[in-house]
Amino acid sequence: MRIAVMATCLGDAVAPQAVRATVELLERLGHDVVFPPGQTCCGQMHVNTGYLREALPVVRHATEVFGPVADGEWDAVVAPSGSCTGCVRHQHAMVARRGGDEALAVRAEAVAARTYELSELLVDVLGVTDVGAYYPHRVTYHPTCHSLRMLRVGDKPLQLLRAVRGLELVELPDAEVCCGFGGTFALKNADTSTAMLADKMSAVLSTGAEVCSAGDSSCLLHIGGGLGRLRTGVRTVHLAEVLASTEATQTPSARSLAAGVAAGVPRTETGEDPAADPTEEAPV
Amino acid sequence: MSAPAGARGSAREEVLARLRAGRDAGAPRTAPGPVPRDYARRGAHDPGSPGALDLLVERVEDYRATVTRVARPGDVAGVVARLLGDAGSVAVPPGADRAWLTGIGGRGAVVHVDGDPRPLTTADLDRVDAVVTGAAVAVAETGTLVLDAAAGDQGRRLLTLVPDHHVCVVRAEDVVGTVPEALARLDPLHPLTFVSGPSATSDIELDRVEGVHGPRRLDVVLVG
Amino acid sequence: MSTTDLPTPTVRPAHAPAGTGHLRGTRPFPAEARDALANTQLRRNLGKATGVIRAKRAAVVDEVPDWEALRRSGSAIKADVMARLPELLEQLEAAVTARGGVVHWARDAAEANAIVLDLVRAAGGDEVVKVKSMATQETGLNEALEAGGVAAWETDLAELIVQLGDDRPSHILVPAIHRNRSEIREIFLREMPDVDPDLTDEPRRLAMAARTHLRRKFLGAKVAVSGANFAVADTGTLSVVESEGNGRMCLTLPETLITLMGVEKVVPTWSDLEVFLQLLPRSSTGERMNPYTSTWTGVTPGDGPQAFHLVLMDNGRSGVLADPDGREALHCIRCSACLNVCPVYERAGGHAYGSVYPGPIGAVLSPLLTGITGEDDVNASLPYASSLCGACFDACPVRIDIPNLLVQQRAASVESHHRPTGQDVAMRAARVAMTSAGRFRAAEKGLGLGRVLGGRSGRITALPWPASRWTASRDVPVPPAETARDWFARTRPGRER
Repeated sequence: MRIAVMATCLGDAVAPQAVRATVELLERLGHDVVFPPGQTCCGQMHVNTGYLREALPVVRHATEVFGPVADGEWDAVVAPSGSCTGCVRHQHAMVARRGGDEALAVRAEAVAARTYELSELLVDVLGVTDVGAYYPHRVTYHPTCHSLRMLRVGDKPLQLLRAVRGLELVELPDAEVCCGFGGTFALKNADTSTAMLADKMSAVLSTGAEVCSAGDSSCLLHIGGGLGRLRTGVRTVHLAEVLASTEATQTPSARSLAAGVAAGVPRTETGEDPAADPTEEAPV
Repeated sequence: MSAPAGARGSAREEVLARLRAGRDAGAPRTAPGPVPRDYARRGAHDPGSPGALDLLVERVEDYRATVTRVARPGDVAGVVARLLGDAGSVAVPPGADRAWLTGIGGRGAVVHVDGDPRPLTTADLDRVDAVVTGAAVAVAETGTLVLDAAAGDQGRRLLTLVPDHHVCVVRAEDVVGTVPEALARLDPLHPLTFVSGPSATSDIELDRVEGVHGPRRLDVVLVG
Repeated sequence: MSTTDLPTPTVRPAHAPAGTGHLRGTRPFPAEARDALANTQLRRNLGKATGVIRAKRAAVVDEVPDWEALRRSGSAIKADVMARLPELLEQLEAAVTARGGVVHWARDAAEANAIVLDLVRAAGGDEVVKVKSMATQETGLNEALEAGGVAAWETDLAELIVQLGDDRPSHILVPAIHRNRSEIREIFLREMPDVDPDLTDEPRRLAMAARTHLRRKFLGAKVAVSGANFAVADTGTLSVVESEGNGRMCLTLPETLITLMGVEKVVPTWSDLEVFLQLLPRSSTGERMNPYTSTWTGVTPGDGPQAFHLVLMDNGRSGVLADPDGREALHCIRCSACLNVCPVYERAGGHAYGSVYPGPIGAVLSPLLTGITGEDDVNASLPYASSLCGACFDACPVRIDIPNLLVQQRAASVESHHRPTGQDVAMRAARVAMTSAGRFRAAEKGLGLGRVLGGRSGRITALPWPASRWTASRDVPVPPAETARDWFARTRPGRER
């Protein structure tokens, strides 16, 4: 399959490790992955902060960049994010219609029909639950709100995690409760957001897991930012990174462990030269 | 703060005009289709069936009301007498089956019939110990009894409200499975009271306390 | 009664006027929430209560196999009501009138209060007993009656606790959810003149104290005021759903009954109640059925109040109806399920919303009813009182898309700005950056600064305002040395597209 990756603005600039893992995973499964260079952002921040007029040109740009999927040039678009996929699927056409652009709305719906969150793509489109990953760690999984209640991914991420060799999956108490991120909510209602984060961190810590995984880098940044501040030693790792891991990447230096002293810290921070990153030599 | 009296008269026209304008301005792009009605109108059990009766008993008891089952109408009096215990006075609606109360005659309990010779007042009812009535319909799934104030054996609404103990005689053929089945049997022009257990509140820390202003004790006699 | 000769063609849908009633607080949500979050007792009370009721609701909803079909039906019935609202109200008026009731119309809260006060005076009463009602809380009826020399007695236990404590309700269903048993005991000991001085804080004892306190009022009251859960257009039947029996007392014993309802409470037919009487109790108290539901139609000779007045109130509802998205908020049946599942409500509590309508539905309904007047309107902060987690939609028995309404009301908030705010400027800049890959890459380069801030520790622990709101409680990872797009271009040259 020919699959275009939607890195998302956050994934591109702040959490590239999840995007890289998505690309490596899909290539390992034998697919042809492209990275549309014009991509920027899905517009979710504008939409969810109430800037629907400002969001319109952002939605138009995203629809142009990912338009080829509607024309059959690619088979699918994948994003390592439930909330960005949710924005494309449930908000792009709304923004267009509210802005009076029906043609854009129709085009956006056609793009949305072939845009998938990673676990959806793997389980529903590619029909695979065992991706051949190896990840010998105790992991708990936080189902992010938009993947759960906007996209209804259900237990697809858990099906994928259960098939990972070496991985010990521990149930997260009150898993379906929001971590308190909510985009600009974390800034505009920082106190309430922090109170929610505190409860999510308690739940994560109660599992005794080494790693808290999820399908959204934004939520992981939030949870990881809190766990790191408290020096809990629990790392946050995107679902794509877990699924991309194999025996080959789990070398004695255990690169992800070395990189993850503090939660939420991207791997690249251990080496100034990205070319020195051992994953680059991993077979794809 | 009071609107001038003259302005009041036009309130109706103005509110309706505003709502007409709002209805049109906010009309959805696509007109809504017919209301889907694919929920279950009937439950798993036919009205009056053993399954419906068993479910009703379970659900009523779940509200911490009691249910006593008797096979024949003739058995009701004995059960009512036991449930009323040493009640000194009992109210009944005018159309109640007098046979229900034959078991208490020997103890000298006073029976007040509403409307015979005069309607019972709130003060009268505040002094009686219990009330015995029938029911129009009972809903098995929800453990609900419905009282129809226009029915002779159920009576005016205050009869089953002011006394502290309500004994309700339900006939098996009046037990339906679901709420839709019950509403279909009722006349909305009559005052109706849906009763599901004794009065209760959860207003203090969500702790359920049975018995606030309505009858604190509800006993059901299921016949047939 | 003619409907054809309308006053003028200039009549427009209207927002609820400011000045009367309780649809706006005094401080923005974040400021109210900050105080509430610091109240340990409140946090404990709310956490316990919402947890209990969530579990009860989940259990009784799970046992209904056709729950989703009921939700879809309830949603469609309400959409149909909105499409025919004026016609249904006229039908309701005719049916109530035919059965001996009197129908009144109120444009707003002040007019509704004035109508009720006049009716109470005409009935010769100087006090009324009240059934818990959101509509009368919305209009501030108790204060208006008080100002007119009429004492209003709340008879619902929680409303009584709120009234005696000189407090404000904080939940639609359980208005005293923020109080625990020992606080309630103290209020009763202080405010009930005839109370047993040995009263303990056992809920049963407290409930019995309320029973004793209110019983004489019920037995002697001449006038009662209620709200309505449903009004059936084709039969003229009104319905009140309750638990304690205080509703039955008010609806049955006084000579005069005055019911105040928002116009959106009408449903077309009697059989529509078969949907809502299943959805409401399970969503609300988490019971298969609430202890008491009363229905009545006009006046029944010899049984119950012999005078019945129905007040139909707009107070902003026509304005909400005119909003194609927002009108969905009028579908609300006031069950409060969305409050109980909301992680923001659970932590901040109901008072933080200012309005009598708290929680997710209140965060949209309040600004929809009042309109948002500008960047300084406290109701402009309400749509932001949510992380958009979506739990409210899943719990809503009539499938109101509250997350979408929150976004739409955020847009209404933004579009009300009279002058550009700092956020407006930032969002405009972000739009410019995000509509061109070149500009976006340039913006990404700016993140490289973060690598200096983070030093060798790999984490950033303090940033200047407004990002300080994040770093007050969370670290920020140092931005990576290489963006995803640069990595892809470097490792897979020529395969970008």
